[in-house]
Parts: sequence; structure tokens; C-alpha cells
Amino acid sequence: MIRAALFSKDTGGGILLILLLLAAVLVPAANLALDPGSPLYVSTYTMALVGKYLCYALLAISVDLVWGYLGILTLGHGAFFALGGYAMGMYLMRQIGPRGVYGNPLLPDFMVFLNWHHLPWFWHGFNWFWFAALMVVLVPGLLALTFGWFTFRSRVGGVYLSIMTQALTYALMLAFFRNEMGFGGNNGLTDFKDILGFPLQADTTRAGLFTASALALAGGYLACRFITASRLGRVCRAIRDQEDRVRFLGYRVENAKLWVFTFSAMLAGIAGALYVPQVGIINPTEFSPLASIEIVIWVAVGGRSTLYGAVVGALMVNYAKSFLTAAMPDAWLFCLGGLFVLVTLFLPDGVVGLLRRRTRRTGPRPDILPAAPGEETP
Amino acid sequence: MTAIHAPRILRPHPLPAALLVLLCLLCLPGRPAAAATPFDQGITLLAARDFQSKAQAIDLLADSGDTRARSILTALLAGRLFHVKKTGALVLAEKQGRAYRITGALSGTAEGTVRKRALRKVTINNRLRRHIKAVLARLDLTDPDPAVRLAAVNAMLSTLDPGSIGLLTKLRAGEQDPRVRDALATAIAIGGLRSSDSRTRLDALAGLDGNLNPAVRNELVQLIADEQDEAVRSRARATLASIETRIAWSGLAETLFFGLSTGSVLVLAAIGLAITFGVIGVINMAHGELIMLGAYTSYVLQQLLPGSVGLALLLSVPVAFLVSGGVGIVIEKTVIRFLYGRPLETLLATFGISLILQQAVRTIFSPLNRSVASPAWMSGMIQVNPVLSLTMNRLTILAFTALVFSGLYWIMKKSAMGLQVRAVAQNRAMARAMGVRAARVDALTFGLGSGIAGMAGVALSQLTNVGPNLGQAYIIDSFLVVVFGGVGNLWGTLLGGLTLGVANKFMEPWTGAVLAKIMILVFIILFIQKRPSGLFPQKGRAEA
Repeated sequence: MIRAALFSKDTGGGILLILLLLAAVLVPAANLALDPGSPLYVSTYTMALVGKYLCYALLAISVDLVWGYLGILTLGHGAFFALGGYAMGMYLMRQIGPRGVYGNPLLPDFMVFLNWHHLPWFWHGFNWFWFAALMVVLVPGLLALTFGWFTFRSRVGGVYLSIMTQALTYALMLAFFRNEMGFGGNNGLTDFKDILGFPLQADTTRAGLFTASALALAGGYLACRFITASRLGRVCRAIRDQEDRVRFLGYRVENAKLWVFTFSAMLAGIAGALYVPQVGIINPTEFSPLASIEIVIWVAVGGRSTLYGAVVGALMVNYAKSFLTAAMPDAWLFCLGGLFVLVTLFLPDGVVGLLRRRTRRTGPRPDILPAAPGEETP
Repeated sequence: MTAIHAPRILRPHPLPAALLVLLCLLCLPGRPAAAATPFDQGITLLAARDFQSKAQAIDLLADSGDTRARSILTALLAGRLFHVKKTGALVLAEKQGRAYRITGALSGTAEGTVRKRALRKVTINNRLRRHIKAVLARLDLTDPDPAVRLAAVNAMLSTLDPGSIGLLTKLRAGEQDPRVRDALATAIAIGGLRSSDSRTRLDALAGLDGNLNPAVRNELVQLIADEQDEAVRSRARATLASIETRIAWSGLAETLFFGLSTGSVLVLAAIGLAITFGVIGVINMAHGELIMLGAYTSYVLQQLLPGSVGLALLLSVPVAFLVSGGVGIVIEKTVIRFLYGRPLETLLATFGISLILQQAVRTIFSPLNRSVASPAWMSGMIQVNPVLSLTMNRLTILAFTALVFSGLYWIMKKSAMGLQVRAVAQNRAMARAMGVRAARVDALTFGLGSGIAGMAGVALSQLTNVGPNLGQAYIIDSFLVVVFGGVGNLWGTLLGGLTLGVANKFMEPWTGAVLAKIMILVFIILFIQKRPSGLFPQKGRAEA
């Protein structure tokens, strides 16, 4: 029954999965097998760029899961993304070994520079990939669990919760900017050499990372789809629309929120971990409140509570960002700001909603109720 | 006769020169009793070449009681005292380009400019310099201005000797100003500590309890290290302890003051937000940028009125209110009005507006930080005691916050508009049924909150540089204040802001600024476990 629910009424998701699987195979093939002169050749730069977008898309899905289905407007998901990224960055730092500028076999360059003599305790274990991979999900997950346990239990919701999430990522940004934290201060972690023994600069490694990102996105989509199609998913949507009523019906609202929020944070951590080796750097600006709130606008542009809409939005907005920041640097913030205003005013269901209205022209979508009836709109 | 003699006397043999001049002056008709006063004797002796005579001249001048002595000695110390070669007249000279502008040392009248060759400097050596300084300090001790006397006493603390203590004791008997009297007493007591008689030292210690002068503290530490007599030493320890306690209290008061002033800035930034959030349930993420607009208003006004910094600042308070309030009303009319009842969407839309405003300012004014000058009445500080001083600009901002807060409180509690605003906040439907135009109230409330943000910006421009990112730094803190204090409650915001400011400043010394911020954040998360609606929950039917 779940399998039926998973794939029925999900044309958009189906198309997305097929495209992702195709991309996972074809893009690396076009990069590795084709001659650079060929019209179908995909340059390594383009592949890395799209790979980065795919990581953003996975992050957007994780935000859509909590915002679109649970009604929690999170303004701090960038923190989980960055924590996952830092965990991966620490593994990559340890892989440098004695090849750093100072040639210290044990300490990363920035610690030698700060005149440290011992590896801090929280860096131990990151020379093993399995340990780092575990931390990629555990650290964001634990943070989300603790934060959620405190906030959901005291029934902090709505804009309060949004502000608290923003304050969370802001505080982490301030903390990671400090050199004493042991994460490289404002330079962050960079100068990575190789991952699992493969050199990061090689085209084959890049292709492998791209495939991994595409597959992770597909897997993340399926997992979220699985959750939203399950009973838990229905409870979530009920919480989004009428939290009190769900509580009166006897459901433990906090638990549902807590587990979905934690899962989403882990997903964001994985996205961060895949992002870092492709970009080659992780620094505290990933924690900035602006970075987190940008994720929300990807989801809003694509269309919330559809999951695949988040992917569409992330790809569109990030492509526009790459294009505009190069072509007209001054215009980008105007455009981003305008997007926030226009999408919320005129496009509440995003691009995907627009397309759906075009194709169906029948009644409202089954999985989105009109805005919660609160105050009347004057 | 003088016309012939004076130049010759001044040129060749210096030793008998002084005597000759004296004789000459004595012989001169038309200068009655000229040589009689010590002042004139001193002036004459200054012309001598040997330093011995000059030292004598300095003493004569100092003891003369003549008002001109001070300026002449100061000029001598600074190397600005010259003789005109031709006439032998004593002049004060000021270098101007390649020439010297001269003023008669005795007459005080300007005598035009001459070339360097026409002048001869009254030279001094280091011993004379020290001598002049000591003499000047002594002159200062009897200066008519109490502030000068006070400075002179404090300057003497390091060079006390039995002779000067005798002088100080004499001075204290005739001193009228209480602060100078205290300073004299401190100086005499410090002198007493250096006495060889342990009885005198004990007496001196008794007078120094709780004295905050840093010299006293140093002297006591020295005394405890060197003292042989056990009784004196333990007494000195007790005195030192009492001083340390007072210093600790002063430090506490200073931290409290800094905390209150930080908190008052937070209150200013947050109170506009508290109104809009509390009354219309709208989170305005562009609030920080409205603060920034206010700060830029004061910058622009200062550029328009370059001569009058104070006037520009005073004018910028109402202008900033109008600018930010106007922008706020435009935002409400064009965006927020369509999103009522959807707080999360409002949050996103206003965040977009904040990005647009930031970039607009960056494009118009450049991304660089601008500094806004402070008027004279806002610089400087009030010295409460030697270890505690309150800076004027922070005091002014504290007072400004109190003014804004009471004004706002009056509007909300006493005016017709405030009544309507509270009615809409408590029960929108009922207020509308009673004939309150809720849409208009919304716009006005939003304008009011935004206008206060603008005034907060003016205050901030006096504390930090003005830049496009100014608002971002304050928005999260302001929200925390609102959440902590309780939505829609002015007292809550006031108390919340001041508490957070003070807590921040008290924690900073042991945790550092960043950790203090993080700890406060954690504290607030824990706090809203217990009191989800803040310190003062809103009473009303409507959900915020």
C-alpha cells in the first residue's frame, strides 16, 4: 500500500527521478568519454557546478520536508548543512597528512599556524572515513534533536520558532568564526588533497562525486516521499494545518515534529558533506542567516510541499545567482529581494503550482489546504 | 643715552651686564621706582648670560605675584622668549613662516613681525627647565582657578618632600574649594607615609581609608613591602583592602552602566518591533534596515549642515522618524497588507524588502562605512571618582531612550490612537464592529514602529559607524528582546532589553563577547520553556 502511495499521483517526482538517474550516468560519461571538441562534451567546471546545485537541491528538499509538510519555517537549516560540511571537511583535512604547507604529519596547517601542539579531542577519529560519515549525520541530527526537544516540548511555534532557528545558526556562525574553536576560524577548512585515496582534482573523482550527489538527491527524495506518504506524513500535514486539533485527537505532536525535524537535519548534513569536496572549502559564512533564508526562497520559488518543486527552485535560483553575480553583481540582491516579495505575494505555490494550474485547471490540489484560517484578511 | 648704551651692553661681556643694566635703569629718569619691584629686577636679570642669574631671575619673577610672570615663565620654558637685539626689549615670539611675530612680554601688545636675525633667544638649560617647572607648579598652587590648583596638587604627588609638605599644609588652611582641600589632605597624608616616625605614618594611614587616588594605592603597596613596624603594616593592609573594595564597587557600577547603555540601545531597536509584532502580529524582518535608514538620515543631514553638528543631530531625530516611518507605511501599504494572517509569508516578504533596502543603500552611498561626528556636548565624560567615569554619549543615549520610551508609553496609554491600537490588538473583530478603522490603525502602527526604528538609528550613529549592514547586527538581538520580554508589552521590552544588555556586559569579562552572546541565546531558549510568552504575557483574546 505504501508503495502504491509512493508512486501514484506523483508525475513530477517520477520525472525528477528519471532525470536524476539519467544525469547520474550521462553527465559523467559525457565528461570522461567524449572528446573536449565534441558538442555534447560537458566540461569539468560545469559538472562541478551542477553537482553543487544538486547538493543545494537535497538541502532544499530537507527544508521543504519541515516547512511544506510540518509548517515549521526553519531559518537555520544552513547550520545543519554546514555542520555536515565541517565533518566532511575535517576528514579531508586529516587526509592531507604531511602534504600541508608546514608539512606537519599530525596537525592541519591552521593549527600549526596558531602554535598548537596537540590535536584537539574532537578531531580524533576523523582520519577514518566511516567515522566522518557517521558524524555527518550524527552531529546535525543531535543538534536538531536537542534544539527540537527544547522548543517543540514548550510548544514554541510560528514566527517564534523561525527566529529561534535563525538565532541558532547566527550563534554557531559567531562561534565558528573564533580561532579558538579549532575549526580554522574565518578561513575555514580548505586545501583538500584527496578523498578515499582518489585525488580531488582528477576528473574521474569529480565524476564520481557528481554521481554520488545525483544518487543522494534521488535517495533523499525517495526517503522524504516515503515519509510524507506514510501515516506519519499525514499526521504531519494535519499538524501543519491544525496543530491543536491533532493534539486533542491524542497524537503526540512534539514527537512527530521532533523526528521529522531531526531526519531533515541529517539530510541537510549529507548535502553539506557532498558539497564540501566539490567546492573545495567550508567556512563559517555557510552558517550566516542569509544563507539559511536563501534556502527557504528556493523552496518557495519552486513550490512548497511538493518536494520536487524544491529541487526545481534550488536549480533555478542558483543558476540565476551564478549568472547574475557574474554579469551584474549589484543586481543580484535586488533580484533576490524582489523574488522574496513577488513569490510570497503572487506565486504562493511557486513555479510548480503555476504549471499544475496550467495543466489541470481543476479544483485545488489535494495535498494543500488553503492558508490556515486565522485572522480575517482585510 | 639708553639708545646708545643698551645694544652695546647686550652684546659683548655678559658677566657684569646685569649690574650695568640695573645701574642704567636706576639712573633712568621717568621710570619711577622701576627697580624697586622684584618683578622688574627679575626681568632685568633675565638678560644675563649666566644661568645662575637666570635662576635668580626666575625666583624673583615667581615670587613677585605679578600676573605677567606666569606667561613669561611659560614662554621661557617653551623657548619662545626673546630679546630684540636692537632695543633689548623682552618679547614673546611666535614663528610664522620664516619670520617671527612678536608681542611685548611686559605690555602684551602686538609689535608686528621681525626676522630671526633681529632676535636673540633667552637660553636655558635642563636644570633651569626643571626649576621653571617646579616654580610653575608652585604658582599653580595659588592660581585663582580651583581646577588649576587641583591639577597642581596632583602633579606634586610624585615629588613630595618635607619642604613641599610644609607649603601644602599652609595652603590647606586657606583653601576654600572642597575638592582641592581633599587633594591637599591626600598629598599631606602621602607625605606622612614617607615620614620616618611610625606614629606619623599610622596617623597618615587613618586619613587614607577608601581613598581612590591611584598614587595612594601605589604608595600603600610600596609601604607594605618595605615597612618594618608590624602595627603600621597591618594598618596599611586594612587601608589597602578598604581601597580595593571601593575600586571593586566602582568597577561593578561601571559594568552596570555599560550594560544599561547597551541595553538601552537594544530597547530602542526592539521597541518598534515589539509594537508591530504585538499589535498586528507581523514580524518585520526589514526592521533592522529601517534602523539603518535612520542612521543614514543623520549622516546625510550632517553632510548638508557641515558647520553645525549639534543642530544636524537634533534635526535628524524627527527627520529620521519621518523617513523611516514613511518607508514603513509604504511597505505596509504595498506588501504587508496583502499578507495579514500569514505571518510566515510576511516574514519572507519583509526579508526580501530588507535585502532590497540594503542593496539600495549600498548602491547610493557605497558599501563603505561612514562615520557620523558627535557634537561637543555629547563627547567627554563625567568623572565620578578617580576610577569611575561615565561617557557623555552613552549617558545621552540612556536619556534619549527614556524619553522615547515615555513618549511611546504616553501615546499607547493616553492618546486616542493608542486606545484604538490596543483595541485592535486585543480583538480585531470587536474593534471593527465598534467603528475602529482597523486597516488604518494597522498602517499607523506600522509607521510608528518604523519611525521609532529610525530614531534608534540616529542614536546608533553616535555609537558606531554607519554602513549598509548596520541593521543586520541588531535584528536578531531585537527579536530576542521581544521574545524575552513578552510580545506587545512595552514594560516587558524595556526590562527585557536592559536585562539582556546588563547580563551581556557582566558575562563578557569571563567568557568573551561571542560566548556571552551564545550563552544568552541558550538561556533564552531555556527561559521560554518555562514562560513561553516571555516575562509579561500579553493579555487578550487574539493570538499574536
